[in-house]
Amino acid sequence: MIDRAQVAHVANLARLQLAEAEVEIFAKQLNDILQYVEQLNQLDPQLEGVEPTTRAIEGTIPTRPDAIRQMVDPEALLNCAAAREDTFFRVPQILG
Amino acid sequence: MYTIRQIQSWLHKKERSAVEIAQEYLDYIHRSEPHLKSFICVTPEVALAQAEAVDRQLREGKPMSPLAGVPIAIKDNLCTQGITTTCASRILANFVPPYESTVTARLQQAGTVMVGKTNLDEFAMGSSTENSAFHRTANPWKLACVPGGSSGGSAAAVGGNQVPIALGSDTGGSIRQPAAFCGVVGLKPTYGLVSRFGLIAFASSLDQIGPFARTVEDCALLLQGIAGYDPKDSTSLQVEIPDYASLLTPDLTQSLQGKKIGVIQETMGAGLDPEVAAAMQGVIKHLESMGATVEEISCPRFQYGIATYYIIAPSEASANLARYDGVKYGLRAEAKNLLEMYGKTREEGFGAEVKRRIMIGTYVLSAGYYDAYYLKAQKVRTLIKQDFERAFQQVDVLICPTTPSPAFPAGSKTNDPLSMYLSDLMTIPVNLAGLPALSLPCGFSQEGLPIGLQIIANVLREDLLLQVAYAYEQSTPWHKQPFPLLG
Repeated sequence: MIDRAQVAHVANLARLQLAEAEVEIFAKQLNDILQYVEQLNQLDPQLEGVEPTTRAIEGTIPTRPDAIRQMVDPEALLNCAAAREDTFFRVPQILG
Repeated sequence: MYTIRQIQSWLHKKERSAVEIAQEYLDYIHRSEPHLKSFICVTPEVALAQAEAVDRQLREGKPMSPLAGVPIAIKDNLCTQGITTTCASRILANFVPPYESTVTARLQQAGTVMVGKTNLDEFAMGSSTENSAFHRTANPWKLACVPGGSSGGSAAAVGGNQVPIALGSDTGGSIRQPAAFCGVVGLKPTYGLVSRFGLIAFASSLDQIGPFARTVEDCALLLQGIAGYDPKDSTSLQVEIPDYASLLTPDLTQSLQGKKIGVIQETMGAGLDPEVAAAMQGVIKHLESMGATVEEISCPRFQYGIATYYIIAPSEASANLARYDGVKYGLRAEAKNLLEMYGKTREEGFGAEVKRRIMIGTYVLSAGYYDAYYLKAQKVRTLIKQDFERAFQQVDVLICPTTPSPAFPAGSKTNDPLSMYLSDLMTIPVNLAGLPALSLPCGFSQEGLPIGLQIIANVLREDLLLQVAYAYEQSTPWHKQPFPLLG
Protein backbone atom coordinates (compact mmCIF):
# COMPACT_ATOMS: atom_id res chain seq x y z
CA MET A 1 0.00 0.00 0.00
CA ILE A 2 1.24 3.45 -0.86
CA ASP A 3 0.41 6.01 1.81
CA ARG A 4 0.38 9.78 1.64
CA ALA A 5 3.95 10.01 2.93
CA GLN A 6 5.18 7.78 0.10
CA VAL A 7 3.24 9.81 -2.47
CA ALA A 8 4.94 12.93 -1.14
CA HIS A 9 8.35 11.21 -1.28
CA VAL A 10 7.85 10.06 -4.88
CA ALA A 11 6.57 13.50 -5.91
CA ASN A 12 9.74 14.99 -4.47
CA LEU A 13 11.89 12.51 -6.43
CA ALA A 14 10.00 13.53 -9.59
CA ARG A 15 10.38 17.26 -8.75
CA LEU A 16 6.62 17.54 -8.88
CA GLN A 17 4.92 19.84 -6.42
CA LEU A 18 1.47 18.46 -5.52
CA ALA A 19 -1.51 20.12 -3.88
CA GLU A 20 -2.82 18.46 -0.70
CA ALA A 21 -5.95 17.26 -2.49
CA GLU A 22 -3.84 15.71 -5.26
CA VAL A 23 -1.76 13.72 -2.74
CA GLU A 24 -4.97 12.15 -1.47
CA ILE A 25 -6.31 11.27 -4.95
CA PHE A 26 -2.96 9.97 -6.20
CA ALA A 27 -2.53 7.73 -3.15
CA LYS A 28 -5.79 5.99 -4.02
CA GLN A 29 -5.24 5.85 -7.79
CA LEU A 30 -1.65 4.65 -7.54
CA ASN A 31 -2.79 1.87 -5.23
CA ASP A 32 -5.49 0.84 -7.72
CA ILE A 33 -2.97 0.72 -10.56
CA LEU A 34 -0.29 -1.10 -8.57
CA GLN A 35 -2.88 -3.60 -7.40
CA TYR A 36 -3.84 -4.20 -11.02
CA VAL A 37 -0.26 -4.82 -12.13
CA GLU A 38 0.17 -7.36 -9.31
CA GLN A 39 -1.37 -9.89 -11.71
CA LEU A 40 2.06 -10.21 -13.31
CA ASN A 41 3.07 -12.23 -10.24
CA GLN A 42 0.92 -15.05 -11.64
CA LEU A 43 3.58 -15.45 -14.33
CA ASP A 44 6.48 -15.86 -11.87
CA PRO A 45 6.79 -19.62 -12.52
CA GLN A 46 7.25 -18.90 -16.25
CA LEU A 47 9.89 -16.19 -15.82
CA GLU A 48 12.81 -18.42 -14.85
CA GLY A 49 15.66 -17.84 -17.30
CA VAL A 50 13.65 -15.40 -19.45
CA GLU A 51 15.69 -12.48 -20.78
CA PRO A 52 14.15 -9.01 -20.42
CA THR A 53 13.12 -7.17 -23.62
CA THR A 54 14.57 -3.68 -23.55
CA ARG A 55 13.45 -2.54 -26.98
CA ALA A 56 10.72 -3.74 -29.29
CA ILE A 57 13.04 -4.76 -32.13
CA GLU A 58 16.48 -5.93 -31.11
CA GLY A 59 19.36 -4.49 -33.04
CA THR A 60 22.72 -2.90 -32.61
CA ILE A 61 22.83 0.79 -31.83
CA PRO A 62 24.65 2.40 -34.75
CA THR A 63 27.40 4.90 -34.13
CA ARG A 64 28.44 7.89 -36.20
CA PRO A 65 31.85 9.52 -36.57
CA ASP A 66 32.64 11.72 -33.58
CA ALA A 67 32.71 14.90 -35.63
CA ILE A 68 31.34 18.33 -34.77
CA ARG A 69 28.20 19.07 -36.77
CA GLN A 70 25.72 21.85 -36.27
CA MET A 71 22.17 20.49 -36.40
CA VAL A 72 20.26 23.50 -35.11
CA ASP A 73 21.19 27.17 -34.85
CA PRO A 74 22.35 27.71 -31.22
CA GLU A 75 20.71 31.14 -31.15
CA ALA A 76 17.35 29.60 -32.06
CA LEU A 77 17.76 27.04 -29.27
CA LEU A 78 18.69 29.67 -26.67
CA ASN A 79 15.72 31.77 -27.68
CA CYS A 80 13.37 28.95 -26.65
CA ALA A 81 14.36 29.51 -23.00
CA ALA A 82 12.31 31.54 -20.54
CA ALA A 83 15.45 33.48 -19.60
CA ARG A 84 18.93 33.67 -21.13
CA GLU A 85 22.08 35.68 -20.79
CA ASP A 86 24.70 35.71 -23.55
CA THR A 87 25.10 32.05 -24.50
CA PHE A 88 23.72 30.72 -21.20
CA PHE A 89 20.34 29.71 -19.81
CA ARG A 90 19.49 31.84 -16.76
CA VAL A 91 18.00 30.10 -13.72
CA PRO A 92 16.95 31.29 -10.25
CA GLN A 93 19.30 31.01 -7.29
CA ILE A 94 20.57 27.44 -6.89
CA LEU A 95 21.80 27.38 -3.26
CA GLY A 96 20.01 28.74 -0.24
CA MET B 1 -14.38 14.14 -49.14
CA TYR B 2 -11.69 12.99 -51.58
CA THR B 3 -9.10 10.26 -51.89
CA ILE B 4 -5.47 10.85 -52.86
CA ARG B 5 -6.07 9.37 -56.34
CA GLN B 6 -8.99 11.75 -56.91
CA ILE B 7 -6.88 14.78 -55.95
CA GLN B 8 -3.97 13.52 -58.08
CA SER B 9 -6.25 13.06 -61.07
CA TRP B 10 -7.63 16.61 -60.81
CA LEU B 11 -4.15 18.09 -60.52
CA HIS B 12 -2.72 16.15 -63.45
CA LYS B 13 -5.67 16.85 -65.75
CA LYS B 14 -5.51 20.48 -64.63
CA GLU B 15 -9.18 20.32 -63.65
CA ARG B 16 -8.54 21.82 -60.24
CA SER B 17 -5.51 23.51 -58.70
CA ALA B 18 -3.88 22.57 -55.40
CA VAL B 19 -4.83 26.01 -54.08
CA GLU B 20 -8.53 25.43 -54.92
CA ILE B 21 -8.47 22.05 -53.20
CA ALA B 22 -6.68 23.46 -50.15
CA GLN B 23 -9.19 26.32 -49.95
CA GLU B 24 -12.14 23.92 -50.11
CA TYR B 25 -10.73 21.92 -47.18
CA LEU B 26 -9.87 25.08 -45.21
CA ASP B 27 -13.42 26.41 -45.71
CA TYR B 28 -14.89 23.14 -44.52
CA ILE B 29 -12.55 23.05 -41.52
CA HIS B 30 -13.72 26.57 -40.67
CA ARG B 31 -17.38 25.43 -40.76
CA SER B 32 -16.98 22.07 -39.02
CA GLU B 33 -14.38 22.98 -36.39
CA PRO B 34 -16.90 24.44 -33.90
CA HIS B 35 -18.50 20.96 -33.78
CA LEU B 36 -15.43 18.74 -33.93
CA LYS B 37 -12.53 20.74 -32.48
CA SER B 38 -9.99 18.37 -34.04
CA PHE B 39 -7.30 21.02 -34.27
CA ILE B 40 -5.13 22.86 -31.79
CA CYS B 41 -4.11 25.27 -34.53
CA VAL B 42 -5.18 25.63 -38.14
CA THR B 43 -2.46 26.88 -40.51
CA PRO B 44 -4.14 28.40 -43.60
CA GLU B 45 -1.09 30.51 -44.57
CA VAL B 46 1.21 27.47 -44.55
CA ALA B 47 -1.35 25.41 -46.46
CA LEU B 48 -1.92 27.99 -49.19
CA ALA B 49 1.82 28.66 -49.63
CA GLN B 50 2.53 24.93 -49.93
CA ALA B 51 -0.38 24.51 -52.39
CA GLU B 52 0.88 27.41 -54.50
CA ALA B 53 4.32 25.78 -54.65
CA VAL B 54 2.71 22.54 -55.88
CA ASP B 55 0.74 24.41 -58.56
CA ARG B 56 3.93 26.14 -59.69
CA GLN B 57 5.82 22.84 -59.95
CA LEU B 58 2.91 21.30 -61.88
CA ARG B 59 2.98 24.21 -64.35
CA GLU B 60 6.71 23.66 -64.80
CA GLY B 61 6.00 20.00 -65.54
CA LYS B 62 8.18 18.67 -62.72
CA PRO B 63 7.68 15.03 -61.66
CA MET B 64 5.48 14.95 -58.55
CA SER B 65 4.97 12.58 -55.63
CA PRO B 66 1.48 11.04 -55.35
CA LEU B 67 1.12 13.06 -52.14
CA ALA B 68 1.66 16.44 -53.87
CA GLY B 69 -1.21 18.83 -53.21
CA VAL B 70 -2.88 16.52 -50.69
CA PRO B 71 -4.10 18.32 -47.53
CA ILE B 72 -2.80 16.74 -44.33
CA ALA B 73 -3.22 17.26 -40.58
CA ILE B 74 -0.31 16.64 -38.21
CA LYS B 75 -0.61 15.48 -34.60
CA ASP B 76 0.66 18.26 -32.38
CA ASN B 77 3.43 16.16 -30.83
CA LEU B 78 5.46 16.33 -34.06
CA CYS B 79 7.85 19.27 -34.22
CA THR B 80 7.17 21.75 -37.02
CA GLN B 81 9.76 24.46 -37.37
CA GLY B 82 8.33 27.92 -36.73
CA ILE B 83 4.86 26.54 -35.90
CA THR B 84 3.72 26.02 -32.31
CA THR B 85 4.02 22.42 -31.15
CA THR B 86 2.19 22.03 -27.85
CA CYS B 87 1.72 18.29 -27.20
CA ALA B 88 -1.65 19.54 -25.86
CA SER B 89 0.18 20.57 -22.69
CA ARG B 90 0.33 23.87 -20.83
CA ILE B 91 4.05 23.23 -20.38
CA LEU B 92 4.61 23.55 -24.15
CA ALA B 93 1.69 25.92 -24.92
CA ASN B 94 4.05 28.51 -26.45
CA PHE B 95 6.81 26.22 -27.73
CA VAL B 96 7.92 26.99 -31.28
CA PRO B 97 10.39 24.29 -32.38
CA PRO B 98 13.64 25.48 -33.96
CA TYR B 99 13.76 22.34 -36.15
CA GLU B 100 11.49 20.11 -38.24
CA SER B 101 10.67 16.46 -37.56
CA THR B 102 11.93 14.02 -40.19
CA VAL B 103 8.43 12.85 -41.16
CA THR B 104 7.04 16.33 -41.72
CA ALA B 105 10.21 17.33 -43.60
CA ARG B 106 9.73 14.33 -45.91
CA LEU B 107 6.09 15.18 -46.46
CA GLN B 108 6.93 18.81 -47.24
CA GLN B 109 9.40 17.52 -49.81
CA ALA B 110 6.63 15.36 -51.28
CA GLY B 111 4.37 18.42 -51.56
CA THR B 112 1.68 17.73 -48.97
CA VAL B 113 -0.35 20.72 -47.82
CA MET B 114 -0.40 21.08 -44.02
CA VAL B 115 -3.72 22.51 -42.86
CA GLY B 116 -3.02 22.33 -39.14
CA LYS B 117 -1.86 20.59 -35.99
CA THR B 118 -4.31 18.24 -34.30
CA ASN B 119 -5.48 17.73 -30.74
CA LEU B 120 -4.31 14.84 -28.56
CA ASP B 121 -4.23 13.63 -25.01
CA GLU B 122 -1.49 15.61 -23.29
CA PHE B 123 1.88 14.05 -24.22
CA ALA B 124 -0.09 11.29 -26.00
CA MET B 125 -1.15 9.85 -22.64
CA GLY B 126 -4.76 8.79 -22.86
CA SER B 127 -7.42 7.02 -24.87
CA SER B 128 -10.06 9.70 -25.39
CA THR B 129 -8.35 13.05 -26.17
CA GLU B 130 -10.06 14.35 -23.03
CA ASN B 131 -6.64 14.86 -21.42
CA SER B 132 -5.81 17.76 -23.74
CA ALA B 133 -5.00 20.91 -21.78
CA PHE B 134 -6.96 22.95 -24.34
CA HIS B 135 -10.26 21.32 -25.30
CA ARG B 136 -11.84 17.98 -26.00
CA THR B 137 -12.41 16.70 -29.54
CA ALA B 138 -15.75 15.20 -30.61
CA ASN B 139 -16.37 11.94 -32.43
CA PRO B 140 -17.63 12.84 -35.94
CA TRP B 141 -20.20 10.00 -35.89
CA LYS B 142 -21.69 11.09 -32.58
CA LEU B 143 -20.53 14.36 -31.09
CA ALA B 144 -21.25 13.34 -27.49
CA CYS B 145 -18.78 10.45 -27.78
CA VAL B 146 -14.99 10.58 -27.62
CA PRO B 147 -12.92 10.19 -30.81
CA GLY B 148 -10.51 7.88 -28.97
CA GLY B 149 -6.94 8.79 -28.27
CA SER B 150 -4.36 9.80 -28.00
CA SER B 151 -4.38 10.78 -31.70
CA GLY B 152 -8.08 11.70 -31.46
CA GLY B 153 -7.70 14.99 -33.33
CA SER B 154 -6.08 13.34 -36.36
CA ALA B 155 -8.67 10.52 -36.41
CA ALA B 156 -11.61 12.92 -36.05
CA ALA B 157 -10.18 15.21 -38.76
CA VAL B 158 -10.07 12.30 -41.25
CA GLY B 159 -13.38 10.75 -40.10
CA GLY B 160 -15.03 14.17 -40.13
CA ASN B 161 -13.96 14.98 -43.73
CA GLN B 162 -11.61 17.79 -42.66
CA VAL B 163 -8.58 16.17 -44.34
CA PRO B 164 -8.00 13.11 -46.53
CA ILE B 165 -4.94 12.02 -44.52
CA ALA B 166 -3.27 12.72 -41.18
CA LEU B 167 -0.32 11.64 -39.06
CA GLY B 168 -0.55 10.25 -35.55
CA SER B 169 1.67 8.40 -33.11
CA ASP B 170 1.00 5.08 -31.39
CA THR B 171 2.56 3.98 -28.10
CA GLY B 172 -0.16 1.61 -26.86
CA GLY B 173 -2.87 1.98 -29.51
CA SER B 174 -3.01 5.74 -30.05
CA ILE B 175 -3.46 5.41 -33.83
CA ARG B 176 -5.53 2.22 -34.05
CA GLN B 177 -7.99 2.87 -31.22
CA PRO B 178 -9.06 6.35 -32.47
CA ALA B 179 -9.10 5.02 -36.06
CA ALA B 180 -11.59 2.36 -34.90
CA PHE B 181 -13.71 4.91 -33.01
CA CYS B 182 -13.79 7.34 -35.96
CA GLY B 183 -14.33 4.77 -38.74
CA VAL B 184 -11.05 5.37 -40.58
CA VAL B 185 -7.95 3.37 -41.46
CA GLY B 186 -4.99 3.76 -39.10
CA LEU B 187 -1.66 1.95 -39.21
CA LYS B 188 1.04 1.53 -36.59
CA PRO B 189 4.22 0.51 -38.44
CA THR B 190 6.95 -1.86 -37.23
CA TYR B 191 9.07 -0.23 -34.52
CA GLY B 192 11.89 1.47 -36.42
CA LEU B 193 10.25 1.66 -39.87
CA VAL B 194 9.47 5.38 -39.50
CA SER B 195 11.93 7.90 -38.06
CA ARG B 196 10.93 9.48 -34.78
CA PHE B 197 13.30 12.42 -35.01
CA GLY B 198 11.19 15.39 -33.92
CA LEU B 199 8.46 13.30 -32.29
CA ILE B 200 8.12 14.48 -28.69
CA ALA B 201 9.09 11.36 -26.73
CA PHE B 202 6.63 9.56 -24.44
CA ALA B 203 7.80 5.92 -24.07
CA SER B 204 10.80 5.46 -26.31
CA SER B 205 10.80 1.65 -26.54
CA LEU B 206 7.20 1.76 -27.83
CA ASP B 207 6.51 5.05 -29.68
CA GLN B 208 5.97 4.90 -33.44
CA ILE B 209 4.54 7.38 -35.98
CA GLY B 210 1.95 6.24 -38.52
CA PRO B 211 -0.73 7.23 -41.03
CA PHE B 212 -4.49 7.82 -40.89
CA ALA B 213 -6.51 7.74 -44.11
CA ARG B 214 -9.99 7.08 -45.49
CA THR B 215 -8.88 4.02 -47.43
CA VAL B 216 -6.22 1.33 -47.25
CA GLU B 217 -4.67 2.58 -50.50
CA ASP B 218 -4.32 6.13 -49.14
CA CYS B 219 -2.86 4.68 -45.96
CA ALA B 220 -0.26 2.82 -48.07
CA LEU B 221 0.60 5.98 -50.01
CA LEU B 222 1.11 8.02 -46.83
CA LEU B 223 3.17 5.24 -45.22
CA GLN B 224 5.37 5.28 -48.33
CA GLY B 225 5.95 8.99 -47.81
CA ILE B 226 7.23 8.63 -44.23
CA ALA B 227 8.92 5.19 -44.05
CA GLY B 228 12.65 4.70 -44.40
CA TYR B 229 16.00 4.95 -42.69
CA ASP B 230 17.02 8.14 -40.93
CA PRO B 231 20.46 8.53 -39.33
CA LYS B 232 18.94 11.02 -36.87
CA ASP B 233 16.99 8.23 -35.11
CA SER B 234 19.20 5.51 -33.61
CA THR B 235 16.29 3.02 -33.63
CA SER B 236 15.64 3.57 -37.34
CA LEU B 237 15.93 0.32 -39.34
CA GLN B 238 18.10 0.14 -42.45
CA VAL B 239 15.74 -1.83 -44.66
CA GLU B 240 14.45 -1.72 -48.21
CA ILE B 241 10.99 -0.09 -48.37
CA PRO B 242 8.63 -1.84 -50.82
CA ASP B 243 6.28 0.11 -53.09
CA TYR B 244 3.27 -0.54 -50.85
CA ALA B 245 0.51 0.83 -53.08
CA SER B 246 1.64 -1.27 -56.06
CA LEU B 247 1.09 -4.41 -53.96
CA LEU B 248 -2.64 -3.67 -53.70
CA THR B 249 -3.65 -5.48 -56.87
CA PRO B 250 -7.20 -6.03 -58.19
CA ASP B 251 -7.01 -9.85 -57.76
CA LEU B 252 -6.91 -9.32 -53.98
CA THR B 253 -10.42 -7.90 -54.05
CA GLN B 254 -11.68 -11.25 -55.37
CA SER B 255 -9.72 -13.83 -53.43
CA LEU B 256 -7.58 -14.46 -50.37
CA GLN B 257 -6.85 -18.04 -51.44
CA GLY B 258 -3.76 -19.36 -49.71
CA LYS B 259 -3.72 -16.76 -46.92
CA LYS B 260 -3.72 -18.10 -43.37
CA ILE B 261 -5.43 -15.90 -40.82
CA GLY B 262 -5.43 -16.44 -37.05
CA VAL B 263 -8.10 -15.11 -34.70
CA ILE B 264 -6.58 -14.34 -31.30
CA GLN B 265 -8.67 -16.57 -29.06
CA GLU B 266 -8.07 -14.53 -25.89
CA THR B 267 -9.69 -11.43 -27.44
CA MET B 268 -13.00 -13.09 -28.25
CA GLY B 269 -14.18 -14.01 -24.75
CA ALA B 270 -15.96 -12.29 -21.88
CA GLY B 271 -15.98 -8.51 -21.75
CA LEU B 272 -16.43 -8.09 -25.49
CA ASP B 273 -19.35 -5.86 -26.50
CA PRO B 274 -21.98 -8.10 -28.20
CA GLU B 275 -22.11 -5.88 -31.30
CA VAL B 276 -18.32 -6.03 -31.64
CA ALA B 277 -18.44 -9.82 -31.19
CA ALA B 278 -21.09 -10.08 -33.91
CA ALA B 279 -19.05 -7.88 -36.26
CA MET B 280 -16.03 -10.18 -35.69
CA GLN B 281 -18.09 -13.26 -36.56
CA GLY B 282 -19.06 -11.45 -39.77
CA VAL B 283 -15.39 -10.75 -40.53
CA ILE B 284 -14.42 -14.39 -40.01
CA LYS B 285 -17.21 -15.65 -42.30
CA HIS B 286 -16.31 -13.10 -44.94
CA LEU B 287 -12.59 -13.94 -44.94
CA GLU B 288 -13.45 -17.64 -45.25
CA SER B 289 -15.79 -16.89 -48.15
CA MET B 290 -12.83 -15.22 -49.88
CA GLY B 291 -10.86 -18.45 -49.65
CA ALA B 292 -8.65 -17.65 -46.65
CA THR B 293 -8.02 -20.28 -43.99
CA VAL B 294 -9.16 -18.89 -40.64
CA GLU B 295 -8.21 -20.60 -37.40
CA GLU B 296 -8.19 -19.74 -33.70
CA ILE B 297 -4.75 -19.03 -32.27
CA SER B 298 -3.93 -18.76 -28.60
CA CYS B 299 -1.64 -16.00 -27.31
CA PRO B 300 -1.89 -16.96 -23.62
CA ARG B 301 0.05 -13.94 -22.31
CA PHE B 302 -1.85 -11.36 -24.43
CA GLN B 303 -4.04 -10.48 -21.43
CA TYR B 304 -0.99 -9.39 -19.42
CA GLY B 305 -0.26 -6.62 -21.91
CA ILE B 306 -1.94 -3.80 -20.00
CA ALA B 307 -0.25 -4.60 -16.69
CA THR B 308 3.12 -4.83 -18.46
CA TYR B 309 2.51 -1.60 -20.36
CA TYR B 310 1.48 0.36 -17.27
CA ILE B 311 4.86 -0.36 -15.76
CA ILE B 312 7.05 0.11 -18.84
CA ALA B 313 5.39 3.15 -20.42
CA PRO B 314 5.19 5.31 -17.24
CA SER B 315 8.79 4.35 -16.36
CA GLU B 316 10.04 5.59 -19.69
CA ALA B 317 7.72 8.60 -19.55
CA SER B 318 8.97 9.64 -16.13
CA ALA B 319 12.51 9.71 -17.54
CA ASN B 320 11.56 11.39 -20.84
CA LEU B 321 9.51 14.09 -19.12
CA ALA B 322 12.29 14.98 -16.68
CA ARG B 323 13.47 17.42 -19.37
CA TYR B 324 10.52 19.76 -18.73
CA ASP B 325 12.11 21.73 -15.94
CA GLY B 326 11.51 25.32 -17.01
CA VAL B 327 15.15 25.87 -17.98
CA LYS B 328 15.72 25.35 -21.71
CA TYR B 329 12.24 25.72 -23.22
CA GLY B 330 8.58 25.63 -22.29
CA LEU B 331 6.78 27.09 -19.32
CA ARG B 332 8.70 28.44 -16.34
CA ALA B 333 6.97 29.25 -13.04
CA GLU B 334 8.35 32.09 -10.96
CA ALA B 335 10.13 30.94 -7.81
CA LYS B 336 12.87 32.13 -5.53
CA ASN B 337 15.19 29.17 -5.99
CA LEU B 338 15.86 26.44 -8.54
CA LEU B 339 14.28 23.48 -6.74
CA GLU B 340 11.08 25.38 -6.12
CA MET B 341 11.07 26.51 -9.75
CA TYR B 342 11.24 22.88 -10.95
CA GLY B 343 8.40 21.75 -8.67
CA LYS B 344 6.10 24.67 -9.46
CA THR B 345 6.77 24.62 -13.20
CA ARG B 346 5.85 20.95 -13.38
CA GLU B 347 2.83 21.36 -11.11
CA GLU B 348 1.41 24.18 -13.24
CA GLY B 349 2.53 22.75 -16.57
CA PHE B 350 1.34 19.13 -16.43
CA GLY B 351 -2.23 17.83 -16.26
CA ALA B 352 -3.50 15.08 -13.96
CA GLU B 353 -2.86 12.08 -16.23
CA VAL B 354 0.70 13.14 -17.01
CA LYS B 355 1.40 13.67 -13.31
CA ARG B 356 -0.13 10.28 -12.53
CA ARG B 357 2.14 8.52 -15.01
CA ILE B 358 5.23 10.38 -13.83
CA MET B 359 4.34 9.27 -10.31
CA ILE B 360 3.84 5.60 -11.28
CA GLY B 361 7.06 5.59 -13.29
CA THR B 362 9.09 7.27 -10.57
CA TYR B 363 7.68 4.88 -7.96
CA VAL B 364 8.36 1.65 -9.86
CA LEU B 365 11.88 2.78 -10.78
CA SER B 366 12.70 3.99 -7.26
CA ALA B 367 15.19 2.20 -5.00
CA GLY B 368 14.06 -1.27 -3.99
CA TYR B 369 11.26 -1.66 -6.54
CA TYR B 370 13.12 -2.00 -9.84
CA ASP B 371 13.26 -5.83 -9.92
CA ALA B 372 9.69 -6.29 -8.70
CA TYR B 373 8.19 -4.03 -11.36
CA TYR B 374 10.32 -2.83 -14.27
CA LEU B 375 12.55 -5.86 -14.69
CA LYS B 376 9.61 -8.23 -14.29
CA ALA B 377 7.57 -6.28 -16.85
CA GLN B 378 10.44 -6.48 -19.33
CA LYS B 379 10.56 -10.25 -18.89
CA VAL B 380 6.79 -10.57 -19.38
CA ARG B 381 7.29 -8.46 -22.50
CA THR B 382 9.54 -11.25 -23.78
CA LEU B 383 6.79 -13.82 -23.13
CA ILE B 384 4.24 -11.70 -25.01
CA LYS B 385 6.66 -11.45 -27.95
CA GLN B 386 7.15 -15.23 -27.88
CA ASP B 387 3.37 -15.77 -28.12
CA PHE B 388 3.30 -13.69 -31.30
CA GLU B 389 6.40 -15.42 -32.71
CA ARG B 390 4.73 -18.80 -32.22
CA ALA B 391 1.52 -17.53 -33.82
CA PHE B 392 3.34 -16.28 -36.92
CA GLN B 393 4.88 -19.71 -37.44
CA GLN B 394 1.32 -20.88 -38.09
CA VAL B 395 -0.45 -17.97 -39.80
CA ASP B 396 0.28 -14.97 -42.06
CA VAL B 397 -1.67 -12.39 -40.08
CA LEU B 398 -3.62 -12.25 -36.83
CA ILE B 399 -6.96 -10.54 -36.38
CA CYS B 400 -8.96 -9.32 -33.38
CA PRO B 401 -11.26 -6.41 -32.55
CA THR B 402 -9.34 -3.12 -32.30
CA THR B 403 -11.29 -2.19 -29.18
CA PRO B 404 -13.59 -4.17 -26.85
CA SER B 405 -16.45 -1.73 -27.56
CA PRO B 406 -17.28 1.18 -29.89
CA ALA B 407 -16.62 4.82 -28.87
CA PHE B 408 -17.77 5.65 -25.33
CA PRO B 409 -19.52 8.85 -24.17
CA ALA B 410 -17.30 11.77 -23.21
CA GLY B 411 -16.79 12.01 -19.45
CA SER B 412 -17.73 8.39 -18.79
CA LYS B 413 -14.23 7.20 -17.85
CA THR B 414 -12.39 10.36 -16.84
CA ASN B 415 -12.65 9.72 -13.09
CA ASP B 416 -11.48 6.12 -13.29
CA PRO B 417 -8.02 5.95 -14.91
CA LEU B 418 -7.90 2.15 -14.76
CA SER B 419 -11.12 1.68 -16.74
CA MET B 420 -9.74 4.12 -19.35
CA TYR B 421 -6.53 2.05 -19.56
CA LEU B 422 -8.58 -1.12 -20.20
CA SER B 423 -9.91 0.29 -23.48
CA ASP B 424 -6.42 -0.37 -24.93
CA LEU B 425 -6.54 -4.08 -24.10
CA MET B 426 -6.35 -5.23 -27.74
CA THR B 427 -3.76 -2.79 -29.05
CA ILE B 428 -1.09 -2.67 -26.32
CA PRO B 429 0.50 -6.14 -26.81
CA VAL B 430 1.33 -5.17 -30.41
CA ASN B 431 3.48 -2.23 -29.26
CA LEU B 432 5.21 -4.40 -26.67
CA ALA B 433 6.23 -6.77 -29.49
CA GLY B 434 7.11 -3.97 -31.95
CA LEU B 435 4.80 -5.40 -34.63
CA PRO B 436 2.92 -3.58 -37.39
CA ALA B 437 -0.88 -3.47 -37.08
CA LEU B 438 -3.75 -1.70 -38.74
CA SER B 439 -7.34 -0.87 -37.86
CA LEU B 440 -10.09 -0.53 -40.45
CA PRO B 441 -13.89 -0.38 -40.22
CA CYS B 442 -15.70 -3.74 -40.10
CA GLY B 443 -19.22 -2.61 -39.24
CA PHE B 444 -21.37 -0.16 -37.34
CA SER B 445 -23.25 -0.45 -34.06
CA GLN B 446 -27.00 0.12 -33.92
CA GLU B 447 -26.21 3.59 -32.63
CA GLY B 448 -24.27 4.24 -35.83
CA LEU B 449 -20.81 4.09 -34.28
CA PRO B 450 -18.00 2.46 -36.28
CA ILE B 451 -16.47 -0.86 -35.19
CA GLY B 452 -12.79 -1.51 -35.91
CA LEU B 453 -11.01 -4.66 -37.05
CA GLN B 454 -7.35 -4.95 -36.07
CA ILE B 455 -5.00 -6.88 -38.33
CA ILE B 456 -1.53 -7.69 -36.98
CA ALA B 457 1.43 -8.88 -39.04
CA ASN B 458 4.94 -10.06 -38.30
CA VAL B 459 7.87 -7.62 -38.09
CA LEU B 460 8.25 -5.56 -41.31
CA ARG B 461 5.32 -7.32 -43.01
CA GLU B 462 3.40 -4.10 -43.69
CA ASP B 463 3.01 -5.49 -47.22
CA LEU B 464 0.89 -8.43 -46.00
CA LEU B 465 -0.98 -6.23 -43.54
CA LEU B 466 -2.01 -3.80 -46.26
CA GLN B 467 -2.88 -6.57 -48.72
CA VAL B 468 -5.24 -8.38 -46.35
CA ALA B 469 -6.77 -5.07 -45.26
CA TYR B 470 -7.25 -4.01 -48.89
CA ALA B 471 -8.86 -7.34 -49.81
CA TYR B 472 -11.29 -7.04 -46.90
CA GLU B 473 -12.05 -3.36 -47.49
CA GLN B 474 -12.68 -3.65 -51.21
CA SER B 475 -14.98 -6.66 -50.86
CA THR B 476 -17.12 -5.18 -48.04
CA PRO B 477 -19.42 -2.13 -48.00
CA TRP B 478 -18.04 -0.33 -44.93
CA HIS B 479 -15.69 2.06 -46.71
CA LYS B 480 -18.54 3.26 -48.90
CA GLN B 481 -20.47 4.57 -45.90
CA PRO B 482 -20.31 8.36 -46.35
CA PHE B 483 -18.43 10.17 -43.59
CA PRO B 484 -20.57 12.59 -41.59
CA LEU B 485 -20.66 16.19 -42.79
CA LEU B 486 -20.66 18.78 -40.03
CA GLY B 487 -21.43 22.31 -41.09
